[in-house]
Amino acid sequence: MTLKYNNVYINCTSTVTGPYEGNGPLGNYFDKSFSDLYFGEKNWEDAESKLIKEALEILYEKTGATKFDIDLFISGDLSNQLAASNYAYAGEEAPLIGIYAACASSTLGLALAANSLERKEIEKVVCTVCSHNNAAEKQFRYPVEYGGPKPKTTTFTATGGVAALVSGKKEGIRLESATIGKVINSNISDVYHMGAVMAPAAADTIYRHLQDTGRSVNYYDLILTGDLGIYGKEILKEYMEKEYGITLQNYEDTGVMLFNLQKQPVYAGASGPVCAPLVTYGYIFSEMKKKKLKRVLLVATGALMNPSRVNEKESIPAIAHAVSLEVLA
Amino acid sequence: MEKKKYEEIVDKHTPSENIVVNALTAFTIGGIMGIIGQALIDFYSYYLTIPTKEATVCMIVTLIFISCLLTSLGFFDKIVNFCKCGLIVPITGFAHATMSAALEYRKEGFISGLGSNMLKISGAVIIFGVVSAWTFSLIRMLLGVI
Repeated sequence: MTLKYNNVYINCTSTVTGPYEGNGPLGNYFDKSFSDLYFGEKNWEDAESKLIKEALEILYEKTGATKFDIDLFISGDLSNQLAASNYAYAGEEAPLIGIYAACASSTLGLALAANSLERKEIEKVVCTVCSHNNAAEKQFRYPVEYGGPKPKTTTFTATGGVAALVSGKKEGIRLESATIGKVINSNISDVYHMGAVMAPAAADTIYRHLQDTGRSVNYYDLILTGDLGIYGKEILKEYMEKEYGITLQNYEDTGVMLFNLQKQPVYAGASGPVCAPLVTYGYIFSEMKKKKLKRVLLVATGALMNPSRVNEKESIPAIAHAVSLEVLA
Repeated sequence: MEKKKYEEIVDKHTPSENIVVNALTAFTIGGIMGIIGQALIDFYSYYLTIPTKEATVCMIVTLIFISCLLTSLGFFDKIVNFCKCGLIVPITGFAHATMSAALEYRKEGFISGLGSNMLKISGAVIIFGVVSAWTFSLIRMLLGVI
């Protein structure tokens, strides 16, 4: 399902990261980077919530808005019961819609924000997502200090929080359309190979977006997938060609861009709900404002992994949501 | 696309792990751990005149203490990542798994956090250690009878 929007704009964004992202190749594009992973908090869960709070503070500062000006918040993260979002938003004035689409939460949030703006009661929506490497390790894998050797295909959950102000005011980047993804089961059950889990979902969403809009891949200056990592990226390219006969040109993956894969200990690249929007709001928007990129299709990908289901020998379903972003003329 | 065809694409773009290097690393480090263990037993029995049987226990306690200390100081995970099964299989791996879980869940309280989660990874080692010890003792006993 592809929804077209005539008057939806991402007016302003803010980005907060942990030390690894700050020291990575895109470090200069972020608003704030912490030098440690606790950010002055006592545990990983509080630290994760702080990422959203900081991103909101910076967004308010940049736009001059206060929390009383916002009509609706939409937020997603990886923690159980969306703890990071829920604890961050206690104290905010506007209602909150909490969403879970794993690492595809960012684009789902933008699509829901755009839909909400059709209502005249809603004028300003703020979308946030966050992820914290150590909080995710603790919840999905092993205790942080355990570490444990991992295969090369493992992705490294990015630490960061982002916020985006979406409204009908013609300013910033235009959100032209959104394609809501289907749940796709790739029959892969390897939790250390999320790129392979998510590639078919990304392919399906890209294909249906192009079908629905009648566009070719060349329409976009850049097609960006969420967090497939260096191996998942190659799998997607070949799968897209064999399954749909589409050769991906002008294509990149945000998981490959966020870190320096040669120098940083991040295995196959970055992942996490914050990975795609960090790269997009930080680096891609800056390039778009310089008019180096005019049309970008952002396809955030999420592995809908549930540890109990994986232990029960089930494969991992995946989902991808896409948003089409355009520079204002 | 069929499951098998997709698996072919995935396999093509999945890097192979360097099994030979990993195995050699684990073999060498595991061997060094054995030498260290033996040296500790010799030290305790020769210099402190502890009987060999008790010296073995002292050696194990020493290795557990060192692993736990290094885990708490925050860099044993990096050493384990390099040494792999050379440090995971010996008692050092057990100590590291228990200590790292204890550190992680301490913040959730002494009973609900530390107490219930400390053996999260290493619990399986205890359970199946006891089960296999019981099974082999049984086999040994039956063979002895026959």
